[in-house]
Amino acid sequence: MTAGGGPRFIGRPWARVDGPGKTTGEARYADDLVLPRMLYGKLLRSHLPHARIVRLDTSRARALPGVHAVITGRDLPVRFGIMPTSQDEEALCLEKVRYVGDPIAAVAALDEETAERACEAIEVEYEPLAPVMSIEEAVAETSVRVQEHGDGPVPNVHKNVSLEFGDVAQGFAQADHIREDVFFFQGNTHLPMEQHSAVAQYDAAGRLTLWTSSQTPHYVHRALAKVLGLPMSRIRVIATPVGGGFGGKSDPFSHELCAAKLAVATGRPVKITLTREEVFYAHRGRHPVLMWLRTGVRRDGRITACHIKTFLDGGAYGSYGIATTYYTGALQTVTYKIPAYKFEGTRLWTNKPPCGPKRGHGTPQPRFAIEAQMDKLAEDLGLDPVAIRLANATEPFTRTVNHLRITSNGLRECIERVAEASGFRAKHRRLPFGRGVGLAVSTYLSGAGLPIYWNDMPHSEVQIRVDRGGGVLVSCGAIDIGQGSDSVLAGIVAEVLGLAPSEIGLVTADTDLTPIDLGSYSSRVTFMAGNAALEAARKMRELLVAAASAHLEVEPDGLVVGDHRIHAAAQPERGVTFPEAAALAEARFGTLVTVGSYRPPRLAGPYKGSGVGPSPAYSFSAAVVEVAVDPATGEVRPQRVWIAHDIGRAINETLVIGQIEGSVYMALGEALMEEQVFRKGLHKIPSMLEYKSPTFLEMPPVETILVVTDDPEGPFGAKEAGQGPLLPVIPAVANAVYDAVGVRIDEVPITPDKVLAALDQAARGGVGRVGPRRVPPFRFRDPIKVEPPAGWSVPWRRGLPVAGGAPGLPDDLPTGTAPSDARPRDREAPEEP
Amino acid sequence: MKVALTLRINGEARDVIAPVHKTLLEVLREDLGLTGTKHGCELGECGTCTVLVDGTPVLSCLTLPVEVQDREITTIEGLARGGELHPLQVAFTELGAAQCGYCTPGMLLAAKALLDRNPAPAREDVSAWLAGNLCRCTGYLKILEAVELAAARARGDAPQPTGDGGPPAARVPQRSGGAS
Amino acid sequence: MLRLPPFTYLAPRTLEQAVGQIGEAGPEGMLVAGGTDLYPNMKRRQFEPKVLVGLRGIRDLGRISGTPAQGLAIGACATLAQVASHPAVAEGYRALALAAGAVSTPPLRNMGTLGGNLCLDTRCNYYNQTYHWRKSIGFCMKKDGDICLVAPGSPRCWALSSTDAAPAAIALGARVRLVGAGGERVVSAADLYRDDGMRYLSKAPDEILVDVILPPADGWRSTYWKLRRRGSFDFPILGVAVALRSGPGGVIEDARIVLGAVASRPVVATRAAGLVMGQRLTADLIGRVAQAASEPAKPLDNADLTIGYRKRMARVYVERALRELAGLPYDGAPGGAR
Repeated sequence: MTAGGGPRFIGRPWARVDGPGKTTGEARYADDLVLPRMLYGKLLRSHLPHARIVRLDTSRARALPGVHAVITGRDLPVRFGIMPTSQDEEALCLEKVRYVGDPIAAVAALDEETAERACEAIEVEYEPLAPVMSIEEAVAETSVRVQEHGDGPVPNVHKNVSLEFGDVAQGFAQADHIREDVFFFQGNTHLPMEQHSAVAQYDAAGRLTLWTSSQTPHYVHRALAKVLGLPMSRIRVIATPVGGGFGGKSDPFSHELCAAKLAVATGRPVKITLTREEVFYAHRGRHPVLMWLRTGVRRDGRITACHIKTFLDGGAYGSYGIATTYYTGALQTVTYKIPAYKFEGTRLWTNKPPCGPKRGHGTPQPRFAIEAQMDKLAEDLGLDPVAIRLANATEPFTRTVNHLRITSNGLRECIERVAEASGFRAKHRRLPFGRGVGLAVSTYLSGAGLPIYWNDMPHSEVQIRVDRGGGVLVSCGAIDIGQGSDSVLAGIVAEVLGLAPSEIGLVTADTDLTPIDLGSYSSRVTFMAGNAALEAARKMRELLVAAASAHLEVEPDGLVVGDHRIHAAAQPERGVTFPEAAALAEARFGTLVTVGSYRPPRLAGPYKGSGVGPSPAYSFSAAVVEVAVDPATGEVRPQRVWIAHDIGRAINETLVIGQIEGSVYMALGEALMEEQVFRKGLHKIPSMLEYKSPTFLEMPPVETILVVTDDPEGPFGAKEAGQGPLLPVIPAVANAVYDAVGVRIDEVPITPDKVLAALDQAARGGVGRVGPRRVPPFRFRDPIKVEPPAGWSVPWRRGLPVAGGAPGLPDDLPTGTAPSDARPRDREAPEEP
Repeated sequence: MKVALTLRINGEARDVIAPVHKTLLEVLREDLGLTGTKHGCELGECGTCTVLVDGTPVLSCLTLPVEVQDREITTIEGLARGGELHPLQVAFTELGAAQCGYCTPGMLLAAKALLDRNPAPAREDVSAWLAGNLCRCTGYLKILEAVELAAARARGDAPQPTGDGGPPAARVPQRSGGAS
Repeated sequence: MLRLPPFTYLAPRTLEQAVGQIGEAGPEGMLVAGGTDLYPNMKRRQFEPKVLVGLRGIRDLGRISGTPAQGLAIGACATLAQVASHPAVAEGYRALALAAGAVSTPPLRNMGTLGGNLCLDTRCNYYNQTYHWRKSIGFCMKKDGDICLVAPGSPRCWALSSTDAAPAAIALGARVRLVGAGGERVVSAADLYRDDGMRYLSKAPDEILVDVILPPADGWRSTYWKLRRRGSFDFPILGVAVALRSGPGGVIEDARIVLGAVASRPVVATRAAGLVMGQRLTADLIGRVAQAASEPAKPLDNADLTIGYRKRMARVYVERALRELAGLPYDGAPGGAR
């Protein structure tokens, strides 16, 4: 119970707790750390896209004054990788380099300039190999093999997936109308403002500490133990404030492993900070994906069947790629009731920096395709874009044909409210030539249902300690990458204990000091760490209330916790202050420590590959973008964006809106200008100047509508906000361009030259389209055929109680109901950000 | 070539002996321990390392200390006066204008220079003035709102923040709008 | 962190000292003013001078004097921000104010100078890259290599003139004063440039660009249009400067149209300008002039967006610039505005 009139913070706007540190220069990012006797490390990187290392001679480098250590692949021969099934990375390449930028050797020296000179003094002799640089080259039968492992049927296939849910042939047979379209989504990268950086220290007692700008300190911890051959108990990983991640700092990286190894080798701290160019090579960004999509509909717009083929250009290593591959097929069914669904996907090896998870992980590409196709289908059928989406929108508390469990679902409300706010119906097809509106919808996970490596332990744990002065210290492995996880933890605990978030002490992301959190990926922290924090805070409140109850001689039920006091509901003056309650509780119970942990319900369906897609809750979004297209220059200028997001309930409204606006921004960049492109075997433009990232001047006004659905399992009803809102914006731009000037750009980014080319084509009487025409011939596996869950589209229940107590609902409710207990059968069930 | 310099930073005279080719960015961070100044490219392509020289925003990654002797240099560490935060710092925290926080020091200093010149900038003025500072988190809108809120407070046109960071008594306008 | 290579820094107080010092340094020496072009290039090891002669300590080099009626002299070390916001420049030489205000970003314009922008190193996305990148692709003739990677069969370098100020200065009939050991000379802004990506200036390395002399502005109206992807940061992938002097009844008595970022030097569209002499600007005439003006634009694949697109935009931008000056409705916006 909180004092008077509902939550003080939850669901409202409030100041982020890490604001003071970040606005004063006090926050210490990894590259800000300087330790006594610290050395500076540098990586020597390959300048060839594909080559065998014939000779590697470091003697000249070692001889340079100021150089303390030089290491090569022989010093770190154990392979690693984020996914258990893709342990294909070497901290330093042993036999072969696979992309321009692949690290070969590392140096520690007194200063960065000496380290750089030492790298230049390392002699490498290569035997160049033919590079594989495109999807088309990678699907061809060839003697050139980028990686040793793969899934066939040709050498450069990393993963080959085929799943069929329901009777697809029958579904298409029932259709009144069928469309086939081909789309391409170019790769792009995270471009965090902060370049990756890590500082390692190996102390005299033989313990290794790594400070690193990482979204996933726990996975770095595991990789360090594996590659360095040290027990995890002798390694401490501390994630420093992350200066932008967006998925790009979710893998264990070579520079982290090398800094650690160099620290061990020299007995001195070693720092390695990547240059901006190196950040482009570290990458792990958005996969380029070529897509073929076939959808059948009835006259009223209802989908009868859908079949998608995706071709992912994965780059040279696995990274999260297996999960990414599955994600290109997983979530289409969460927005639309698709009764029969077939997904074929393949990830291909190319000699480029590895792709991985970027905001939306593997789902923005097919979302672009399906939302653009929905627009085309609507036009074919004479329906409006709102109507066709409402006709297919999924319902709350249903399942999907591919066995995903949907709980709260505000999709319908998102569509209706965004259409209303934007005046979509009045504008669509009615604005003058050059102006247009586009609509699209999407969904995203509130945390992946499965961890990256198979285990039965919680995904997130929180410990709260209250001291006798009333100080509250919350410990959690979660790392704030800007999304506001510190504020979520502090806000939840403060709300429950009747304090202000700014009064809550936090220790985060330190594997020695904090219980686990798997990391800031897959939009999982608010949901999972939030639930753990809620549980720990409830337990702490019970202790405090029990002690206050004994002291005040008021039954616990008659006490109110709020505004720094615990007092009788009936007599507000009869109470104790929070510090008094803490002292009473410590006297009664001893050390005041409580813990909470969160483990998602078991949600994976009964088939191999079902590990990717399940989430304890899905967010939903709908966006309308209004654009102005200059028909003479082809330039597309977004004029305004309306976005409605089913947040469940906001823990902090300010931060939620911030996540949504940031997602809209990043989506507009991807839709219109950002692309990671290669020429002659290497990255064409690895710089902040030429990789076009939108500035203040490209950002249109955004109207955000928060749709409240109070998810029954989310903390205080909350769901994710960090990734989902990116998804609808990209196809909404494409649909708006079509509405504005009547051309279809079935390819992202929608650059002005493409718009002009399509307009030219239309002027010559053509269809007015730019995009791929076909997908290459490729033999996908025989599909795994899966029966849909019985009664999948019928809601199983309504009005589940809300964890954390939404207004109007009882206050103390257990978290984590588990309507499905299907255990995942795929033990390496891939998983993701 | 090493040079002995006296730099005036945040109102203090600081003596430095450093190679002449070390940029102001490097000297601030590595010789003076002022790591609040961040860097994103070191080539003048992102604005992250912005500091003020005589109140004017410049890029510390492309400035030699020898070129700014006898000038007043302000870094993020010099924005608060004593223990009192600058209204921009308060507003950035309150409205979530700092997310990852990495572009924030440069953004704040550039914004301060604007408000020192123009206490009531229109939104387009703020956008144009800050267009040399990239941010990847916020979509810029919260930054625009925070600059406007700080300016309004400095003019006495907006309520001061609540002490505990909670929702202000009079709601700050939450509808966001961008440049165009 | 990218760092500068070591050098000796000289800070002359007078022009004479500077001339002496740069002369003495010989090929090892380079001049620097704002540093916004040179320092990034040095960090990427495009240049590794042993001696830098810094010009910003020389008084008078930053002065702007005169009036639009008499003509204006702008010191080479005036910052781009000063040029962009100077009332006399805005009044009489709008193209230059627009161009200066469209360079890169606000903090960069507080540092970068007019002289520096006029002398801007030519650019190419095979060249403006780090040493590691250039080594990876195989060095080009502009630095460390012997072929042009844009046009491998070519005997010359095709790096692009990417200055915003130059097309504007040329359109405005500016001259520049150069001072060297051999004395002083004044050349037209157009003659400052050579059609060669490597030796792109006619200025000797030890000559100092001292100021930009603008003729009286009487009767001239001018504008500058810039094509780039974003409203800040980006170099032009096309610049169009147009200056017109009209007589009674709106008849054009003199015209200059100059294109930037389409070749290794600014391209003066003489034939196109000739089409408007003695004419009134009509929409139809403007269309023909724009077509003619875009003909000399021969972009290559070494900058943002595609060749065909940039070529085509030359016509669109010339047309828009002319329509703006003619008082006809136009789309888009001059300068760096979006």
